Amino acid sequence: MSILLLVAVAVPLIGAVLAWAWRHRGFAHWIGVAAAALSLAAVALLPIGRPPEGSMVVGGRLTGGWWHEFEAAWAPPLHLDFSLAVDGVSWPLLLLTALLGLLCCAHNALGAERRSAPRAESRAAVPHATAAGAGGVAVSPTAERASAPLQVAPATLETGGPFPTADQARGVPAGPGHAADPATDPAARPSPTLTALLLAVQAASMLVFLSDNLILFFIAFEAVLLPMWAIIHRYGDPAARRHAAAKFALFTVAGSLLMATGLFVAVADTGTADLGAIITAGGVSEPVSLLVFALLAVGFAVKAPLWPLHSWLPDAHTAAPTVGSVLLAGVLLKLGTYGLVRVAGGLAPDGAVAAAPVLAVLAALGILVAGLVCLGLPELKRLIAYSSVGHMGFVVLAFATGTEAGLRAALFGNLAHGLITPLLFFLVGALKARTRTGRLDDLGGLRLAAPALAGLLGFAALASLGLPGLAGFWGEAFTVYAAAERGGAWLALAAAAAFGAFLAAAYLLRMLKRVSHGPVAPAAAGIGDVSAAEAAVWAPLVAGTLLLGLVPGPLLDLFAGGLL
Amino acid sequence: MTLALLLVACPALAGLAGLLVRHRNAARCLAVAAPALALCLAAACAAADPVGAFTLADFGTVRVSVAFDLSPAAAAVALAAAFVTFLVQLYSIAYLRGDPRYAPYAAQVNLFCAAMLLVVAADDLVLLLIGWEVMGACSYLLIAHYAALPKAPGAAAKAFLVTRFGDVAFVLGVMWIGTAAGTFRISEIQEPPAGAGAAMLLILFGCIGKSAQFPLQIWLPPAMAGPTPVSALIHAATMVAAGAYVLTRLLPLWPAELLLVVALVAAVTMVGAGLCALAARDVKGVLAWSTVSQVGFMFAGVAVAAGDAALFHLVSHAAFKGLLFLAAGVVIALAGTDGSLRATRLRPGDSPPAFWAMTIGLASMAGLPPLGGFYSKETVLGAAYEAGTPSGVIVFWAGVVASILTAAYAARLWLLLFRRGRGARERSAVPGLEAFSLWALIAATAGVGALYYAGPFTVPALHLDLMALLLLATLGGFAVIGDSWWRDRPRSGRRVADRDPARVLGRAQSALAEGLYAERLAARATRTAAGAAGAAARALDERLVDRTAVEGSARATVAAARGTAAGHRGGLAVYLRLSAAGTLVVAAVAIGVSLWS
Repeated sequence: MSILLLVAVAVPLIGAVLAWAWRHRGFAHWIGVAAAALSLAAVALLPIGRPPEGSMVVGGRLTGGWWHEFEAAWAPPLHLDFSLAVDGVSWPLLLLTALLGLLCCAHNALGAERRSAPRAESRAAVPHATAAGAGGVAVSPTAERASAPLQVAPATLETGGPFPTADQARGVPAGPGHAADPATDPAARPSPTLTALLLAVQAASMLVFLSDNLILFFIAFEAVLLPMWAIIHRYGDPAARRHAAAKFALFTVAGSLLMATGLFVAVADTGTADLGAIITAGGVSEPVSLLVFALLAVGFAVKAPLWPLHSWLPDAHTAAPTVGSVLLAGVLLKLGTYGLVRVAGGLAPDGAVAAAPVLAVLAALGILVAGLVCLGLPELKRLIAYSSVGHMGFVVLAFATGTEAGLRAALFGNLAHGLITPLLFFLVGALKARTRTGRLDDLGGLRLAAPALAGLLGFAALASLGLPGLAGFWGEAFTVYAAAERGGAWLALAAAAAFGAFLAAAYLLRMLKRVSHGPVAPAAAGIGDVSAAEAAVWAPLVAGTLLLGLVPGPLLDLFAGGLL
Repeated sequence: MTLALLLVACPALAGLAGLLVRHRNAARCLAVAAPALALCLAAACAAADPVGAFTLADFGTVRVSVAFDLSPAAAAVALAAAFVTFLVQLYSIAYLRGDPRYAPYAAQVNLFCAAMLLVVAADDLVLLLIGWEVMGACSYLLIAHYAALPKAPGAAAKAFLVTRFGDVAFVLGVMWIGTAAGTFRISEIQEPPAGAGAAMLLILFGCIGKSAQFPLQIWLPPAMAGPTPVSALIHAATMVAAGAYVLTRLLPLWPAELLLVVALVAAVTMVGAGLCALAARDVKGVLAWSTVSQVGFMFAGVAVAAGDAALFHLVSHAAFKGLLFLAAGVVIALAGTDGSLRATRLRPGDSPPAFWAMTIGLASMAGLPPLGGFYSKETVLGAAYEAGTPSGVIVFWAGVVASILTAAYAARLWLLLFRRGRGARERSAVPGLEAFSLWALIAATAGVGALYYAGPFTVPALHLDLMALLLLATLGGFAVIGDSWWRDRPRSGRRVADRDPARVLGRAQSALAEGLYAERLAARATRTAAGAAGAAARALDERLVDRTAVEGSARATVAAARGTAAGHRGGLAVYLRLSAAGTLVVAAVAIGVSLWS
């Protein structure tokens, strides 16, 4: 079973190299899909042969043990070993990462987004009519684009690689080849390099979740950054991608340098870099505990992100292509919370207790500020991105309470967010590809124009606002419980969190009102409904959201056996 | 256990499946079969009282269980909910026969019913919370049903947000009780845990939101934008009644002195909503305000710790309010109006089912014996009369006043609908399924009083003096309206359309018809507050944090780099000067260090 750990990480990496090497061939996308699927299968098999519950109880709270370990010496003088391990805390995150990787690769391979985008010639006919109808004064954005056909349409480029969109952007009618099946037609799909980069992000993220060695953890944590930067920098919205990618990279690097310092202090203090060993030994010695926790927490808080270290996130999300946003929300943010719970909390439990009030207050502030900001945001993707700040605030607040219920709520909320927000990004990406706008003012009447898409958007919004019976509820409601459990001033934080859930309802209903209801906006007129490819990509996320909401027990039991 | 689980799961699964169904006939079958099955299961539960539990989620220090406890009284509520849903579904088949969005509508009604049944049957507070909030979400979806109605989305969002605002308090209260008692099982919490007072006040606030009581009554009147059968569902047996139901479930946890708060809420709501109902300008508006007032009676029952009396009124209210809304839908369709009282009028002979449904429903609401409403209102007032507490005194007299008002607005609605002759008519026949639902609810309204003699409710016995007082109050209300009606009888020079007994309210009528402008004020206040807070948050977040701190530090770094680089550029003289200065600095440091060490 241990070899599966290696397989899970290595297969996407090999797939990334192969997909890049054959990037000019039609089957490159399917190499990526196959690699991601193999990796998912390997991860899915991991629970087989795990030790029975409670067999590795070491004492203290929430102790358990690794299910499987894989060790290979790499550079022992540097405390660097290639040691992988998995347990009940990391396995669900691995599964989520592998699933999202597969869905993103399938999204590219099926050309789900590109196929749904309207053709150049059919779009060109509509805006002239609109401009004439509007009397030439209130020129709609589509009309502006039509009157300047040489100008590159931003939404077109945003959704994929640079070269295939050129003829569309110039307004040349698409030839017969463009109408062909996107599975065989390269022009209908983004470049395979994007798939390769996605797989690289997936492999590195899985290495983070798997690594049992602090130095390896740091290397993997940094390795995630590079392909993600490339995804945003190369495939993002041309208007904002350079700035956003640079901000994302610099912000994260600054955080991880502090994190690295913290890790090295911990290694120097304990004399080992074995994560599991340090956690079972009770963490670093008391004098450096707060220092280690503070350094690590700042690094992870940037990634999580915790308010006020979050400002890279809305820019990165807004600029990133759909699959980039999906991985960013579903995987990269989880690296931060995973690191916070497992590494920072595990290495420095005393420091965590001492720093808990600061974390908790920042988290609660983040929930409120993100909710209030979302109430006024005019753009869909930015709104979803900001809502992530609020949701991660719940996770950090639950972790900061330090209670058993709080830890489980944090881990559950973390995972639920990893299902719901990627679904929202997929939906918003599909919507933007169809309407070529994400501005709330330009949208409306989606319920009439594309009922299934509107229904899914409504479902995702209800899940995101924490409707009981869907995945988002358990994490957020029991964050309130955990904070109430601490009593005293924590009750105010519990109230803030509960009010934050109300704000989430307010801004998501505002979004639905502007997007789904009302008369059909010109941008939304005549758009296609959910295609079979899109339905196939989104279905696992919908099913997962419903399943986790109705049957939260098994996942919570997994967390209970985790090594924390 | 299995029975209760099935009771909830059956409409829930039918609802979820119905969301995927596109075919109309399949949607119809699912729509009717699920509540019918739920009705049978509720009857079985009433006989068996299933109790049982298994763990749903284990959070270490506390666990959430799928636990059910259907006492006979609760089973009666479940029966009422399933019965009304069943008839609403039947009625909707005819009512929405031309609607392209019928399939999702029927599925959402079933989900709504499942959520209510979950609230009724749950023995675990978090499980109850699930049903509680799913109900809110379903109400949002259903009120927003009409895509062409411009005010529907706003009304739907308002209904969801106002109840969700109450739920902020409700969730906090539930979690507080959970932490204090160490369990969420209602049956395991024997006595009020520490801090129960504050927690129960929070829960009360949530129930006020759900039940549209003062001061959160603002969402209910605009919710009329939904289809009429949805109003029947929301008002009769589900959402609005759920708040009162949950209060009766948690009655053992109330510290006695805090019941006074419930009494005040109930008293203000009963009388205030009664006045608004008397002034309301359209048929559904009268019924909406009457619901608020009647749920106030249920809260009054809770305030005097008479849970069963409140539940009895809940069940009898479910029958007559369901009847009234469904009849209103028929009447409005027959009259071919938008439901405003100025235009809507029929002759009794136009449609006997509609006429009799309205008449029996209004008579029951006004409390005429031997209809259900008479018995249930009598038991609530009887419990208040016997209570002998300050809360009892408050709700008793408020109840008497509210009874007068109830009789008055019932009589006004009846007179305006049926005693003004013939209006414009669009269609004459009532579809068979609609008529069936009406007759079934007429029978239920007439017969529900029998529960007093042989029912699951332990309620105070009827007092002769109270019965006389209640009848006197009802007749008084009739007399006031009848008097005004008689004075305004058509004589030369008067137009019939202006005849409205609500003029007894004088100048207050227009304010009351608008619900004392509470809705508008609340909307404006919320919008202003949200706008200000949102702007402040954006200023803090985008200006201060992002632009000043983050991007500012980046700009500062770049500027420093440019400055440093510029300092290193220049001609030979500059380089010479820099080298000399550098040598001096190095020498000074070296000497200083060697001296110091």
